[in-house]
Amino acid sequence: MGEHVIKMPDVGEGVAEAELVEWRVKVGDLVREDAILAAVMTDKATVEIPSPVHGEVLWLGAGLGDVVAVGSPLIRLKVEGGDASAAEAPKIEAAPRAAAAPKPAPKPRGPAPIPTNAPRAEAEKPLASPAVRLRAREAGVDLRQVHGSGPAGRIEHGDLDAFFARGAPQAKSAGLARNDAVEEIKLVGLRRKIAEKMTIANRIPHITYIEEVDVTALEELRAALNKQRRPNQTKLTLLPFLMRAMVRAVAEQPEINALFDDEAGVLRQHGGVNIGIAAQTPSGLVVPVVKHAEARDLWDCAAEVNRLAEAAKAGATTRDELTGSTITITSLGALGGMATTPIINHPEVAIVGVNKIMIRPHWDGVGFIPRKMMNLSSSFDHRIVDGWNAAIFVQKLKTLLETPAMIFVEA
Amino acid sequence: MKDIACKLLVIGAGPGGYVCAIRAGQLGVDTVIVESKRLGGTCLTVGCIPSKAIIHAAEEFHKARESAAGANPLGITLSDPQIDLTKTMAWKDGAVGRLTSGVAGLLKKAKVKIVEGVARFTDGKTVAVETETGLQIIRAEAIVIATGSAPVALPSLPFGGPVITSTQALALAEVPGRLIVVGGGYIGLELGTAFAKLGSAVTIVEAESRLLPLYDAELTRPVTKRLGELGVKVLTGVQAKGLAAKGGALLVAKGDDKELRLDADKILVTVGRRPLVDGWGRDELALDMDGRSVRIDEQCRTSMRGIYAIGDVTGEPMLAHRAMAQGEMVAEFVAGHKRGWDKRAIPAVCFTDPEIVSVGLSPEAARRGGAEVLVGQFRFSANGRAMTKLDDDGFTRVVARADNHLLLGVQAVGHDVSELAAAFALALEMGARLEDVAGTIHAHPTLGEAFHEAALKALGRALHG
Repeated sequence: MGEHVIKMPDVGEGVAEAELVEWRVKVGDLVREDAILAAVMTDKATVEIPSPVHGEVLWLGAGLGDVVAVGSPLIRLKVEGGDASAAEAPKIEAAPRAAAAPKPAPKPRGPAPIPTNAPRAEAEKPLASPAVRLRAREAGVDLRQVHGSGPAGRIEHGDLDAFFARGAPQAKSAGLARNDAVEEIKLVGLRRKIAEKMTIANRIPHITYIEEVDVTALEELRAALNKQRRPNQTKLTLLPFLMRAMVRAVAEQPEINALFDDEAGVLRQHGGVNIGIAAQTPSGLVVPVVKHAEARDLWDCAAEVNRLAEAAKAGATTRDELTGSTITITSLGALGGMATTPIINHPEVAIVGVNKIMIRPHWDGVGFIPRKMMNLSSSFDHRIVDGWNAAIFVQKLKTLLETPAMIFVEA
Repeated sequence: MKDIACKLLVIGAGPGGYVCAIRAGQLGVDTVIVESKRLGGTCLTVGCIPSKAIIHAAEEFHKARESAAGANPLGITLSDPQIDLTKTMAWKDGAVGRLTSGVAGLLKKAKVKIVEGVARFTDGKTVAVETETGLQIIRAEAIVIATGSAPVALPSLPFGGPVITSTQALALAEVPGRLIVVGGGYIGLELGTAFAKLGSAVTIVEAESRLLPLYDAELTRPVTKRLGELGVKVLTGVQAKGLAAKGGALLVAKGDDKELRLDADKILVTVGRRPLVDGWGRDELALDMDGRSVRIDEQCRTSMRGIYAIGDVTGEPMLAHRAMAQGEMVAEFVAGHKRGWDKRAIPAVCFTDPEIVSVGLSPEAARRGGAEVLVGQFRFSANGRAMTKLDDDGFTRVVARADNHLLLGVQAVGHDVSELAAAFALALEMGARLEDVAGTIHAHPTLGEAFHEAALKALGRALHG
């Protein structure tokens, strides 16, 4: 008998620590070689940690959400024979979540394996007797949501009882009732990262400036361009136009495309315009970055935004794609809203918020005419950008967007 | 005549319609049922029930004849048995009569009003019934279309003269000398076999390459074999071209080959049944169709609010027990209960010789569905009960998922296996696994033991096979 210590592996990219986001085992579990023990998260990527040996779990070295330094003990296993002091950090393969498939378990001898609760495939009907099905239907319960504890995953009366006892959305009918429940949810993973970033950003004294932009001409141009686009070109949204306009505007105000190191008291004005695009994903907000927008044309910007958005939705964005922005655009898209107060993506000094395009009446001196209007809600780091300069920047954007030809004409 | 207003109106008193009306009545729903012919519909009056009576009579007579021919291994001898088909038919009509008056009694007990006549929609809430005493207008909150189906005619062989429907075959006054059956589906085979046993020289003409094309070849093989023993001629891949110009004979041809003349006294056409979607004022409604049948959803609702359809008029599978289950469900739904069609299996039975039962998926269909399957098959030749009944041809077969042993289908072919349909369907509906069937004591000596053994065999531990 010996003990095997598994340490937090080096998850690459020079990362010194990683956050534990999931335990797949508990003390007392028997684990096979290659079985996944835990999942840890570095800045953005999640990595699974496989077991290098067979053994029994004796001790878990961290709780969910703990940040564990590379090389510190993570888990202790009791193993057959072997060196009592054996300790190693499992090798992590390059691709996250691509841990080697566990070897097939040896075929058990003797009686057939009984509780093969193969999970239900999506389209498969829940397995239940007619009486259970009727009871569920009368209670308004969709059996697909009920766990079946019976053989082959069959849903029994007891499973329905348990479902009801859990206070499932049962036919408890109307009636208002007090709810004193408090559920504690420990922030882990991306949600914690977001919370940390926002706390830092909150130190920044923001100035937010909201201006209305008439995008009627821009929308006409966009529609015309989309109509004649080639099949290999991404459909244009408003974003690429805004990005190109921002490139023009920051050329005149380089202090706005900059990173402020407030501890060192240094402002780094960047020549390259790397535009972060705030994107909502199932697990929370991420900001993939369109690198060097100044060197991309309109179609190129559109294609890159599209590619990054798809990757973000699929959770396939790389670390590199999520870092290095110098200024950020945030858009709530179709959800819109009249105005927002965007929070600066630290250590940047400016963020441009796009609000929903709406048709509003416009007084042209004779009568009201319908125009497509959109608000820009932009925030600036007031330590760097004075209100006056913020207004100049936004007015420049407005001018460019209202007469979109100016975006493309050489200055 | 005074108009009738009711909560539920059922059009058609076949197995779907009358069950629907009885159940609704039991639940206190004010219900009216309209029938233009006899209560009980096709099933009771000209289908399932009378055909089973004739099949049974034919079987008895055939056994007697075999005994008389000295072919009875039990040591029974007889001389010169005779059958008087008019008496057989009278007995059959008696059985049908008892059942239809039973239906009338049940409807009455459930306080359902019966209106006799032909119903016709005038709009989505109103039906006019031509009764013997005049036009009866019925207004209903909910209407169930349960008009059933009718035999399909071949364009080349319209019904009339020697060309008869299954309904007419079940009412023949004498046994035809030479009978040709066009269509080798279950109705044609059931009746063809019965008449062969009654003494007709029977020829079956089937356009497809084999009989009972809806079942797999393994299941139908004992039936084909038995037809041969009974002297039934089977022509497959052959089309009926029409009546011969002179005398009672059918012209048939294989593809473009020369036409062949088959002499016949009667020609029974059983090439399927079609939903009865006309004759009740469908034009006054805007019902979505699903091919030749009325389209329904999970609650048997048609595309029109308050109008339901059940049974054969809604298409395949055209089976009385499906219609009954739909009728029961609709009645409860109309009465305000939460109901929906969630059946896992509809058993299908052929009362051929030997009988065929199929519930759920065949091995091939299960594989087509993407499942890795286990199949266990047990022959009746190793079953004591089958052996002592002198009918040990056939087998029982189970189909299960390989990963969790969940039963996907059960089939059997053999003498009297129709009675096993109950056990098979119950197992599937309960979500049984092979281990559940294997772990159930099946009484000895019965045919049901074959189900047990088939399950054991699929698990790799058969005791008797």
